[in-house]
Amino acid sequence: MSDVPNNAWPNNVRPAINVHNVIKQFGRFAALRGVTAEFDAGRFHAILGDNGAGKTTLLRAIAGLAQPTQGRISIFGKAPRDACRDLGYMPHPSLLYDEMSGMENLRYFAGLYGIGGDDACQAAIRAVGLDPELPRPVGQYSQGMRQRMSLARALLHDPKILLLDEPFSNVDVHSAAEMVALLKSMRGAGKTIFVVTHQASLLEGVADEFIWMQAGQIVNRTTNARTAASVRAPDSSREGAP
Amino acid sequence: MNSLWAVTLATLKKDIRLEWRSKDALNSMLFFSLLVVVIFAFAFDPLAEESRHIAGGLIWVAFLFAAVVALNQTWARELRNQVLDAYRVSPAPANALFLAKAVGNFIFVSVLEALMTPLFVVFYNLHVLGPAWQLIPIALLGTWALVVNGTFFAAMSLRTRSREIMLPLLLFPISIPAVLGMVAGTTAVLTGDNPAHFYIVLLLTYDVVFTTACLLLFETILHAE
Repeated sequence: MSDVPNNAWPNNVRPAINVHNVIKQFGRFAALRGVTAEFDAGRFHAILGDNGAGKTTLLRAIAGLAQPTQGRISIFGKAPRDACRDLGYMPHPSLLYDEMSGMENLRYFAGLYGIGGDDACQAAIRAVGLDPELPRPVGQYSQGMRQRMSLARALLHDPKILLLDEPFSNVDVHSAAEMVALLKSMRGAGKTIFVVTHQASLLEGVADEFIWMQAGQIVNRTTNARTAASVRAPDSSREGAP
Repeated sequence: MNSLWAVTLATLKKDIRLEWRSKDALNSMLFFSLLVVVIFAFAFDPLAEESRHIAGGLIWVAFLFAAVVALNQTWARELRNQVLDAYRVSPAPANALFLAKAVGNFIFVSVLEALMTPLFVVFYNLHVLGPAWQLIPIALLGTWALVVNGTFFAAMSLRTRSREIMLPLLLFPISIPAVLGMVAGTTAVLTGDNPAHFYIVLLLTYDVVFTTACLLLFETILHAE
């Protein structure tokens, strides 16, 4: 089923994230059904799947925002909440205050990580191709600018692992290509990157592996975006216990 | 510890800046309490002596209802764009968020009280017969009692479908001892009939107990799904 077994990477690559038999239920609905996987450090993982496959829930569980109903997740051997300094999380909503400028937003979030001064904020904003001096409140940004500023917020504390949920949605082709190039350079700098996306073609030649999720399970891990969905099957009922 | 105060201050500054720009909470609180003052003034038209007996109740009921408006706004702005998740994934202490929100609400409600109290005095022709300085600790402790529980229960009802209804349902019953202390203490000072010391101690005890309980429980509330 998978053409990239967990031990396929060189011996010096250690797992950044270990997911063991994770089940996440919302009432009677099982969003994750016994997910077990190891994700290597310094790799670019693209998570694909149809709507409702469990991609976002898996990302939220890794970020420590969704507590698994069963099973455990460890990040560099620590529980997700203890590893929060190692994680940069960018979900679909921007996680930014619309009434404040980009710099004001980042200054506040930098304070949460104990980062003083404006240097880190300015560097993060410049890294995503925006102007730190832009006085406009984020609420008046275009969708693409908001996505970039949200990415800047996730990068602010220089995390080892980036969890990005649909970073290219509502972004024009040019901006998406720029974001991919930025992610590629960060992967080159040794960061572990997870991108949940429906636009797998953007990551061809960039991502190290493509993970296909279906019905709350990882059903395929491959190095080829085109073959990732080859195992697609009709969705089964996920009501009741997994 | 440093991080607790630094994050509390940063969050408080951010909340004051957001409120200054949007004026969501202050405008709605002012409008609401102004309506209460005017409507009650027309409905009762009391004599000066009657006013002293009922003004304590009217003032605090107006502030209580107005505070609920501010309390709902406090967390509503954290739900827009799911900004609260950015706090939840950060290493910042949960209590810093709670303290900043509570102190922010305390400032907003205190501003409201400072603006509305002169209007109450004019509309109800109030003359204080007891030691007027005692109104200050009653106002400070009473306001903290309202906002500390209000901030906590507003956070608790954050993920419920009808959170604007849920907040008063949770907050009002638990605030009864504090409201009794505020109303009876204010009436005691206005009429000069009884000393207000007992009510000040009651409010102080209430504040210590509920502030401690809220601080101990807030992390669970913040990370609840």
